[in-house]
Formats: sequence, C-alpha cells, structure tokens
Amino acid sequence: MNIVVCLKQVPGTTQVKINPQTNTLIRQDIKNIVNPFDTYALEEGVRLKERYGGKVTAISMGPPQAEGMLRESIAAGADQTILLSDRAFAGADTLATAYTLAQAIKKIEDYDLVICGKQTIDGDTGQVGPELAEELELPFIAYVNKIEETTTGQMRIQRMIEEGHELIETPLPAVISVVKEINVPRLPSLRGIIKAKDAIIPVWTAHNLDVDPSMVGLDGSATRVVKIFFPERVRHGEKLQGDLEDQVASLIEKLRKSRVI
Amino acid sequence: MEYLLNEQQKLVKNLARKIAEERILPVRADLDEREEFPWAIMKDLADSDLFRIFVPEEYEGLGGGCLDLCLIVEELSRVCSGVAVTYAASALGSFAIRQFGTEEQKKKYLPDIAAGKSLTAFALTEASAGTDATALRTTAEKVTGGYVLNGTKQFITNGGEAEIYTVIALTDKTKGPRGASAFLVNKGTPGFSFGKKEKKLGIRASATIELIFRDCFIPEVNIVGREGMGFIQTLHTLDWSRPGIGAQAVGVAQGALEAAVDYARQRVQFGHPIIALPAVQTILADMAIQVEAARALVYAVARTVDSGAKKITEESAMAKVFSSDVAMEVTTKAVQIFGGAGYMRDFPVEKMMRDAKITQIYEGANEMLRITIAAELRKRRGRRE
Repeated sequence: MNIVVCLKQVPGTTQVKINPQTNTLIRQDIKNIVNPFDTYALEEGVRLKERYGGKVTAISMGPPQAEGMLRESIAAGADQTILLSDRAFAGADTLATAYTLAQAIKKIEDYDLVICGKQTIDGDTGQVGPELAEELELPFIAYVNKIEETTTGQMRIQRMIEEGHELIETPLPAVISVVKEINVPRLPSLRGIIKAKDAIIPVWTAHNLDVDPSMVGLDGSATRVVKIFFPERVRHGEKLQGDLEDQVASLIEKLRKSRVI
Repeated sequence: MEYLLNEQQKLVKNLARKIAEERILPVRADLDEREEFPWAIMKDLADSDLFRIFVPEEYEGLGGGCLDLCLIVEELSRVCSGVAVTYAASALGSFAIRQFGTEEQKKKYLPDIAAGKSLTAFALTEASAGTDATALRTTAEKVTGGYVLNGTKQFITNGGEAEIYTVIALTDKTKGPRGASAFLVNKGTPGFSFGKKEKKLGIRASATIELIFRDCFIPEVNIVGREGMGFIQTLHTLDWSRPGIGAQAVGVAQGALEAAVDYARQRVQFGHPIIALPAVQTILADMAIQVEAARALVYAVARTVDSGAKKITEESAMAKVFSSDVAMEVTTKAVQIFGGAGYMRDFPVEKMMRDAKITQIYEGANEMLRITIAAELRKRRGRRE
C-alpha cells in the first residue's frame, strides 16, 4: 500500500509574536516545527506501511528550509520525500496550495491513500485536505480517528462526528484527514536519524510539475490576507449600588436588557 | 561547556533528552509512587534504538562506546534515575557476553538485546557477599553436559523483568579468586525462580529482586569464557560500568540543579525571588561547579575507557566516587533551596535526593572504592609510573 502524507512546516506556536506596527508574524528566531496534526498523519501512514507493505512518501510545499522537516519525516519512518519549493508557489492560499500538491501527487501516480492532518496550527482552515481531494477527484473523509481495515481497493474507516463516530467504507485511492486521537506518534530512532542524515530530499519546482502558472502561488489564490490583528479587548466592570435587594433587582434588569436571561 | 562530542554522541544525547522529557517526565512521580517497572519507557528506548548503542555493529547494534552510554544514562537520570538504572543495568548484564562471550553466545543473545526485546541483569551480590565478592555461596557444580546452580542472589537490578542473567557462581571453592565462573541463565530455566521484590528508598521504578537457584541445570555452552574466570570478568565488567554510575549521578545532580534554579527564580520571599539572596546564590553556584566538575571527570574517564586503555580501575572508581558524592550533596542542597516544599512529594527534588543515595552505595561502596584508588596510587608510585 503506497501512501502519500502531506506535511507542513509551521511556526512553533509557543513563540509566535506579532509585530504591533505591521500586524504580521515576526518570523525571525521562530523555531519551525512540523504541524502537529501532520505528525499523526505520518505515523498512521508508517503504521499502514508496516502492516500492509508498500512505501510512504512525505510531501510538503514550502520554503527551502522545509527540507529539514522532511528529513525528520524519514527518521520517523517515511521512505521518500518531495519538497515543492519555488518562488512561484509563494503566497498561496489553500486553493493554490491544494492545486500544487495535487499536481505533484498526480505525478507520483502510484498511490492508494493520501493522509493529511485535520488542519494546520498556523492557517487553521482545515481546507487543504478537502480541496486536495477535489483536485484529485477522490473521495474525502475528514476527522478520521481509526483505520479499521484495509483490503485491496477498499478501506473501512472510523471518523469523529459531533456526537459519536461514523464508520465509513471507501474505495481507494482516497484522501483522509486525521485527528490526534488516531495514534501516538513514535519517537525518532537512531537508525532512522542516521538514514535521514544521508537522505536526498528532491526539490520539485514549477518546472518539474505540470502546473498552470496562473493557478499557483499568490496569482492562483482566490483569497488575500488583508490584515492580521489582535482583536481589541473591551471589558468593563460596573459596581452595583444600594442594599442587597436593590443590587439583585438591578442585576436582573441588566441581564434582561442584555438578553442574557 | 564544550565537551567536543561527535555527531553520533550529540544525536544520542538529544534523543535521550527528548525521550526523557516527553515520555518519562509525565510519569516519573507515578512510577516512583507505585514502584512500577517502566516497561512502556523501555519500549520507547528500544524503538529509538538506544539499546543498540552498547552492542557492536556486527550483532545489530550501533557500536557506541562508554561515553555514548554515559550520555544516555545521564540524560535519562536527569529526569528519573530509576528509569536510567533500568536501562544501564541491561548494558551491565550484557557486558560479559560482549566482552568474553563465544561467537555463538553473541549471535544468540546480542541481536535481541540490541533490539531491546531482551533486558539483561548482572547477578553478583548475595546476602553474605556484598562488597566482599569472595564470600559468594552460590555454587555451580560440574555435571555431565553442564553445571548445576544452587544458591540465592540478592538485590539484583532488573531481576524478574530481564530475560538474560549473567550469574556469578563458585565452580571451585578451593581456588579462591579463580574459583568463580560466569553463566548465562535464561528466565524460565527450570530451577530458576524469583524471590522477594525489594521496597526501596529511591530508584523505585527499577526492579530489585532475589534470584533463587535450586538444582538449576545450565548447559555447558552457557558458561562465559573459561571456568574460573568469573571474578576477573566481574572486575572488568565493573571497571567498565562504573563511569555509567557516575553519569547516573551527574544526571540526577543536573536535574536537581535545574529544579533548584527554577524554584529560586520564582519563589518570592521578602518581596524578591530568593535567587536574589546571596546565601542562595552561593549554594547554587557551588552546586553548578560540583556538577560540571563531576561531568568533566565522567566524560574524561569514559573517553579513557573508549581509548582502549587496559588499566582503568582507578579512573573508573574516581568517576563513580566523585560524582555520586556530588549527587548526594547537590540533591540535598536542592531540597534545602526548596525549603518546606522540597520535603514534599509534590515537588521532584525529594525523589532526586532519595535516588542519589544509591549511587554512593552500589557497584562498589564509595569507601571501598577509595581503598581501591589508594591501592592503585601506592602501586603506581611503587612502579614509578
């Protein structure tokens, strides 16, 4: 079973600061990490490979330094990696990202399953997975918390829904997005790290892919981020006057007025 | 401090730290409280290939040296000495196979040890034979095709949990130091059972248990090296493993130092964090000096071992004695800095203080090792070395 796992490098959230003048992320000195949800995707891919054979390809679109993250994915069990990196891809929204990833995955050809994390912790949209499935014209199952069984061309999957679980059978290939309940990612192994150190991380640019230049990067994006800002926090307290009965009466009136009760 | 670690050593150290912080830290208080053997963590260490470090490459290991092992033990011990010693005891229990075993024994046992599938244990101590290893009573009587073991081993780390035991037993009482031999005994061998599990002051996650041998037949192929070499093999084993105890001591001391600094930075008395008090500052500074000095000595001795030096008895005893005394002192001071809170089990330093104590006792009591060092001094001076 050949599996493609999509990874994204994101800023470690504990250190994120926003420049108050420009309202943009201060990216200097921020340690990048693998999007935590993607680590579950990778682990699930590796577990499926260990159970059914095949190979795991980790793929990421990002700047050249995302290479380090892909190297780590080899230590965590990926067999090969592809980095989609090109200035033309920069500034992509989820649509352009999904399109670019899809073109790369089409080029991989031989795959049975694409696994994504349920969302990233920087963009937080959760859109790339479903958009990717759309681009690839494949079934999409979101919030998967258990892969029950895989047979040739078919998979039984459990996904989380609002209240409870849903058991789904899907033909393969398919695209799924996973939640953190699905597994506990393994720690890297020494032999894996040694293997990762010598691994070659191929970089695919726009030239390597059959892409329409108007559909990648900023040009291919349907949305624009106009502004990032901290919402202004408005809080005010008020001290109620009078004796207890007056205070209670006035409180109830205020709560009614503001339609709390 | 720059210790000029090579790539593999840095990697091993970082990986051990990651495991310690991500997997051991959340459960260490619980393991200590319940005296529970850390199987889940042993599995993490195995999956991360850390058991491969002390096994040669030709037997599916990674062929690391004494320093690599020390780095791992130190990092694990920084978070929990009970877990660290469980890991280190497996390196100890397999040393005789690596160093003195036959090709068949190595092929049979080492790959599983490297994979972390089999833990090992080293069984020397008995009720009557602690520091005085010559007072052993466990016997191995020669019979057709092998030996029959009788006797009881005491305080055996990893006992009950390990698959493979290196057991020292007397093959000839009349021969004194040449009268003992080392045997490899598998768990489940008829006549081999486990006795009392000890309740300990510290390193409570580790298993310490009695091994009981009643007419336990061991085939000839399971003797390590030649008959009568048991004591000499034991001395070599301990010379090699003592820097590891030093590393365990450095680790627990480092953990206590960090905890003490963190606490002193946030504990406010008289309107300021107590780290602003000169009295506290000097204690912390002394702790830091001691820990760094101990680390430097342990690493230097581990490198001496890795250089292939033949006579390392004195050096390895120094690394163990100095570091374990430092660990006791530093962890005690950490508790002092925490004050009343430090005495409580909600904070980690009382555990560290309890854990530190054993490093002064096992693998040669510090007093005994000082005598060993003095004897070496006298000999070397006598030889004008």
